Amino acid sequence: MRETPRLSGYHAAVWQEPIILEMGAVGERGIIPSTDRRVAASVGPANELVPPALLRRDPPVLPELAQPQVLRHYLRLSQQTLGMDLGVDIGEGTCTMKYSPKIHEQVARMPQLAELHPEQADEALQGILQITYGLRQFLCEISGMDEFSFQPGGGAQAVFAASCILRAFHLERGESQRDEIITSSFSHPCDAAAPATAGFRVITLPPDEHGLPDIGALRSVVSERTAGLMITNPEDTGIFNPNIDEFTRIVHDAGGLCFQDQANANGILGIARCRDAGFDACHFNLHKTFSSPHGSEGPADGALGVTELLAPYLPTPIVRKDGDSYSFDRDRPRSVGKVRSFAGNLQCVFRAYAWIMSMGADGLRSTAEISVLNNNYLQQRLLEIPGVSMPFAHRPRRLDQVRYSLAQLKEETGVGTEDVRDRMVDFGIQGYWMSHHPWIVPEPFTPEPCETYSKEDCDEWAAVIAQIVREAHEDADHVRQAPHRSTIARIADHDSFEDPGRWAMTWRAFKRKRLGTADRSSSTS
Amino acid sequence: MTEGAAHPYIPNSAPETRREMMRAIGIDDIEELFEAIPQRLRLDRRLLLPEPLASEQLLRRHLVELLERDRPAAEGRSFLGGGCWQHHVPAVVDEVVGRAEFLTAYSGSSYPDLGKYQARFEYQSQMAELVGMEVVSDPTYDWANAAALSLRMAARITGRSRVLVPRTVGPDRRSVIENVCGMPHLHGAVEVGWLSYDASSGTIDMPDLRRQLDDGIAAVYIENPSYLGTLEPQAASIADLVHGVDALLIVGVDPLTLGLLEAPARYGADIVCGELQPLGTHMSGGGGSSGFMAFPDEERFVSQCPLILFGVAETQLPGELGFGEVMFERTSYALRDQARDWVGTSTGLMGIAAAVYLALMGPTGMRELGETIVQRSHYAADRLAAIPDVTVRFGPHFFKEFVVELDGTGKSVGDINRSLLRDGIVGGLDLGRHFEELDGCALFCVTELHTGDDIDALAAALEEAIA
Repeated sequence: MRETPRLSGYHAAVWQEPIILEMGAVGERGIIPSTDRRVAASVGPANELVPPALLRRDPPVLPELAQPQVLRHYLRLSQQTLGMDLGVDIGEGTCTMKYSPKIHEQVARMPQLAELHPEQADEALQGILQITYGLRQFLCEISGMDEFSFQPGGGAQAVFAASCILRAFHLERGESQRDEIITSSFSHPCDAAAPATAGFRVITLPPDEHGLPDIGALRSVVSERTAGLMITNPEDTGIFNPNIDEFTRIVHDAGGLCFQDQANANGILGIARCRDAGFDACHFNLHKTFSSPHGSEGPADGALGVTELLAPYLPTPIVRKDGDSYSFDRDRPRSVGKVRSFAGNLQCVFRAYAWIMSMGADGLRSTAEISVLNNNYLQQRLLEIPGVSMPFAHRPRRLDQVRYSLAQLKEETGVGTEDVRDRMVDFGIQGYWMSHHPWIVPEPFTPEPCETYSKEDCDEWAAVIAQIVREAHEDADHVRQAPHRSTIARIADHDSFEDPGRWAMTWRAFKRKRLGTADRSSSTS
Repeated sequence: MTEGAAHPYIPNSAPETRREMMRAIGIDDIEELFEAIPQRLRLDRRLLLPEPLASEQLLRRHLVELLERDRPAAEGRSFLGGGCWQHHVPAVVDEVVGRAEFLTAYSGSSYPDLGKYQARFEYQSQMAELVGMEVVSDPTYDWANAAALSLRMAARITGRSRVLVPRTVGPDRRSVIENVCGMPHLHGAVEVGWLSYDASSGTIDMPDLRRQLDDGIAAVYIENPSYLGTLEPQAASIADLVHGVDALLIVGVDPLTLGLLEAPARYGADIVCGELQPLGTHMSGGGGSSGFMAFPDEERFVSQCPLILFGVAETQLPGELGFGEVMFERTSYALRDQARDWVGTSTGLMGIAAAVYLALMGPTGMRELGETIVQRSHYAADRLAAIPDVTVRFGPHFFKEFVVELDGTGKSVGDINRSLLRDGIVGGLDLGRHFEELDGCALFCVTELHTGDDIDALAAALEEAIA
């Protein structure tokens, strides 16, 4: 394994920037809005155009800061953020931290996308409509579904929209008693939370000894109350469920519908389609599998696909093609309506379209192959490290990711997965994703070395884990006290985030609770 | 691409490396990687997709050619609003949110992503000053979802299951609220009652509110400004009525108004929600939407909020601060179906945009912006109302949008808008599509981008269009 100089030499930027509300001086300005004297003279003072009861009495306590200082502050904060572009971001598994091509960003800034208003007539939106229709066609081909909506603004919201569709479908068929959704422990938490918000009771299948959702448990819970199955495959463990078509048959036989959460579809692109496993609906995260940048947690898009049977229920609008012209179909009486305003995050739709156009069928297949190859390669490197284990069977091979365990390391050294995560950042590597809840795998971590990462990247990542494991045996405290070379020292007391008397989600709350200084305040409290 | 040229986005597609890695894991055929997927579930053909544009130059040309088919309005020529508004986006905001560090970060932890955490904490802190609350949530999908989640949160806090919402909410917001609040035959649904509005002012119909308000009501939701642009001067009286039955008042706002208009907490709001897009995010055909919630720093509120809340705390170095997630265990990431609704990736970058925007604007910029917008919109309303057969509905109080009745012209809103478009003007939003009682009316939006000359040009073109 290649030695990496970063194993000793890295240090994050340390700026110790104050909170922006502490910066600047009275009278400084960052930007000046335009004025129109003729208009002002014509209508008179603004104060007289506003009902007196609503006129602001005290100005908001915002920063007063000149433009260079605002820019400098936020550039420094950006330097203290380890975005995917800067690091080997293999660690954030289930997130598919792939490269977002810069050419997309350059073109997406065109006013022909950035300055479009969603209520403009279809004739003014022909370019973005054609792009949206194109992506619809691509995703139908990739998943086997018949229709797509791009309205959900993220994966979890797509799962919520699918829940709304299941709700409407059963109600329309006079089966309002169908109030149960079945999911699995290793499916994303939103596959339980979103249907619960939609009013369903949720049944969670535990894993069997192979790490697969228990098919016996599924048989025993389906009934005339089953509304549907909402499940991930492969699950967070990277284990593909080979009986998934049996799962969908059992649920269909009971009168339910089947939704596959395909937030992370990297390992199956061009390899397998959820339609062929019997699913009625699925979603893709355009900000994961299809390269739209993660944006510090959005904007995102959960493209929601369904079969012909469910197409009438999809959120409105959906895009149509008629000859050479494109339109939004808003007249869809059986639709569940809206889960979010307007038609969706079209800037994400644009990027996903561009990415597929740059890949083609062979590029998508290569994405799947290399992602799985990288994962198997990294697995081999990681399992050479004493103290790292991979719960559940080693064969057949995992696909896009693996949930590993550091239980043995913890037992031997007292160093657990959270400690290792916080030490990783001392090597210029983003801390890894441990696990979604519940933590069935003890001391878990879940890397996903997608196609973006080179062999050297995989080697470097594994070398960092190996280094930390060595340190855990030699100087456990050093690891437990990490990070040492990051942006700040360790947070003194994490319990304060749980304590109503001490937590502070705004600077004004922090000043009141911790500094004992209240502001000239514009609140009642 | 199974063999052959490497793809520029996929380093290990270089044939030599690929072979080396296959050797390392002991496979001869790449197909062996997929042994977990039974043949019956495998796609037995190549995907039918267009031939790829592997060259960046050709890809760019293709994308630009497509987007050039779009026709965004020239600055100052579009009068569309209705939940997505064109405002000036300062260059510094674009610079910061375009930074690769922010653009490509995701869910990293407190130390490597310190800057992301701090920027979001600063967004929360500055929004708190605008709305007058001590807690502001991490962004959610949009105003509509923020309103819907606020209603469900109020139901959990009060232990009641009915809420009142004015009929002035726009069509999308109405549909989202209905979807998120749920269906009565399922569990945990919140029943939505609709409040009438006064036909002349557009404000809440107070007798209707009194009629519907009782101690079964969890919350009353009002907006300042409403979808129809109107302001609600009775807000404090509404708050008194609502608090009289121990219900909560939720106020939806466009935060851009709050340099000029009162912080909702000052007139009795218990929860504030609204839209972040005006604070430094481009419209992107509606893709710029982003929502927020705010409420008092009390455990009964915090514990029922479904969204992420970033908090600040001291580090081991005196004077230094770090950040983390407050009461994470209440969220759906931790509690799955037992959580308070759900949270997921939504619009984090818009929170950073809002932080930069508010820091640039400051208290003076926000006040001046509010002033000039309200002046321009009133100037526009005056100009349009002076045209024969054209009347301005609702008032006298509105912020940047107002309803224009065109019924008297004998022409439909659609016909008039087509005429305006010939002069390069995008007219008001046709309200008849969404409000039966507003057939023949259009919602016009005027912002700081519209000069007096732009407004005069609209008036002249409208006069011509109806002639």
